[in-house]
Amino acid sequence: MLEVSGITQIFGGVTALDTVSFSIAKGDITGVIGPNGAGKTTLFNIISGIYRQTAGTVLLEGINVTGFPPERLARLAMVRTFQNIELFGGMTVLENVMVGMHTKSSSGLLACALKMPWSVSEERRIREGAAKWLEFTGILDLSDHTADSLPFGKGRLLEIARALAALPRIILMDEPAAGLNSQETLALAQLIKRIRDLGITVVLVEHDMELVMDICDRIVVLNLGRKLAEGTPREIQESPEVIAAYLGDDD
Amino acid sequence: MVNPIRSGSDTMKRDLLLFVAFSLLVMMAPQYFRGSYLMNVLVFVGINTMLAIALNLLLGYAGQISLGHAGFFGLGAYLSGIMTTTFSVNPWVAMPVAALAVGGLAFLIGFPVLKLKEHYLAMATLGLGIIFYITFNETYEWTGGPSGLSEIPNLRVGGIIFNSDVKNFYLIWGVTLVVMLFALNLANSRVGRALRAVHDSEIAAQVLGVNARLLKVQIFALSAIICSLAGSLYAHTMTFISPTSFGFNFSIELLTMVVIGGLGSIYGSFLGAALLTLLPEILRGANDYDIIIYGGLLVVMVMYMPGGLVRGIPALYRKFVKQKPETGHA
Repeated sequence: MLEVSGITQIFGGVTALDTVSFSIAKGDITGVIGPNGAGKTTLFNIISGIYRQTAGTVLLEGINVTGFPPERLARLAMVRTFQNIELFGGMTVLENVMVGMHTKSSSGLLACALKMPWSVSEERRIREGAAKWLEFTGILDLSDHTADSLPFGKGRLLEIARALAALPRIILMDEPAAGLNSQETLALAQLIKRIRDLGITVVLVEHDMELVMDICDRIVVLNLGRKLAEGTPREIQESPEVIAAYLGDDD
Repeated sequence: MVNPIRSGSDTMKRDLLLFVAFSLLVMMAPQYFRGSYLMNVLVFVGINTMLAIALNLLLGYAGQISLGHAGFFGLGAYLSGIMTTTFSVNPWVAMPVAALAVGGLAFLIGFPVLKLKEHYLAMATLGLGIIFYITFNETYEWTGGPSGLSEIPNLRVGGIIFNSDVKNFYLIWGVTLVVMLFALNLANSRVGRALRAVHDSEIAAQVLGVNARLLKVQIFALSAIICSLAGSLYAHTMTFISPTSFGFNFSIELLTMVVIGGLGSIYGSFLGAALLTLLPEILRGANDYDIIIYGGLLVVMVMYMPGGLVRGIPALYRKFVKQKPETGHA
């Protein structure tokens, strides 16, 4: 599904990532973990096309997407969420998710401005699709609220609903449990499993070890910009290198 | 439980009704103001509404500032004026040709300029406006320079020549209402949402597949096309144009209309344009003090109605009349 090889990122004189390689199987939930400063978010920014890496390649379903801008990756059915949720604050919850369907709709500027019949029927389809994903994430009753007014936990769900509306085959989540209370985290775990059950490959960066061990099929461990280990949650928990890296830095 | 599908079609009906009501009100205006000096002012309200909508699409929706929009307005006016006087082109042909030329130019300029953000974008568009202004002044073989370009023909349809305030009112407002409907449709569409998304979080919009760079350039070009159209209509109704109408001051006035009316609201652009066009006429009696009243009003508006008239007036109504908490949005 996703294959990264030899990813290296150098900022000024600092090597943030050093020849990191791994591959992610279709339909898995994969967790990327590591102590602070391990390079997890940098790696996500490279995979999602926000940073351009110093070296290395990214293959998405066999296509070399190295250096593709984010909007092109979205058309190849890869979307992501952000650690500090990036909502469209001035728009309603429903409108946020409607933007998620951008790549699944095509009416251009003129067709929209002239309200051509096909753009009107497409608009209805967008609205229905968006409502469906709000229902999936359990926030349909908040449709008319502005995104700015949502509590953080609901905002997180909205960001996920919006990403799902793009009908991704792979979704990257940057610390989805950050800022959530324990109840919300439990609900999030269920939601992520339901997303996987839709056949969507999930990759997440996460600090909440309980969550990672509970839901992930595979785990990649980064430390100081290098890949330290890779395996099932059980293998990772028993790996001496991982235990050493986390000693004294127990999150 | 809210039903978003149902509420969507209800909103569409309500919006259409509002637009029809607004159009009827506008079309009835000559009944009350025929023969008065205000008739002429209302023609300018129409032109300024078009310009404010054009700038609002860029600033209020896409979140990209322009301090040079008077330049596109002037370019439309001069292209139309020169084509119809020097080259005797039919005004109905000159207007779309000018609009396409200005749109094409804006599209080309847009790619490098809209890479800039915020203050830098403001500076670049400010420079652009000044370049246009200098060009109008200096290419006097074509534009007549500071003394202006005169004897621009009126528009005509069959035997009707648009040369009176009432006829011009219907002409200008006919076009303005079309531009308004066009902008309203756009605002509540896939493209309008993508614009607002770019405004709120460009990175999130990109991750969802919105080509932010291209979209910004497209809306910049569309905005310039509307300005050009307004400029052509201005030239053909006034029959005389000179560079002073298209300078930096007017760009700032347009910006003020958009902000005072309400960013991201098409009707707000009308309110802002109406207020800023009518105010100088109302304050005429105040002689030299008008500028003080004018400035004071701006300060009060920005301090107490940061959402503009279109949001401020309903808020005041709720506060003093209904005492009801705010729900939903316009």
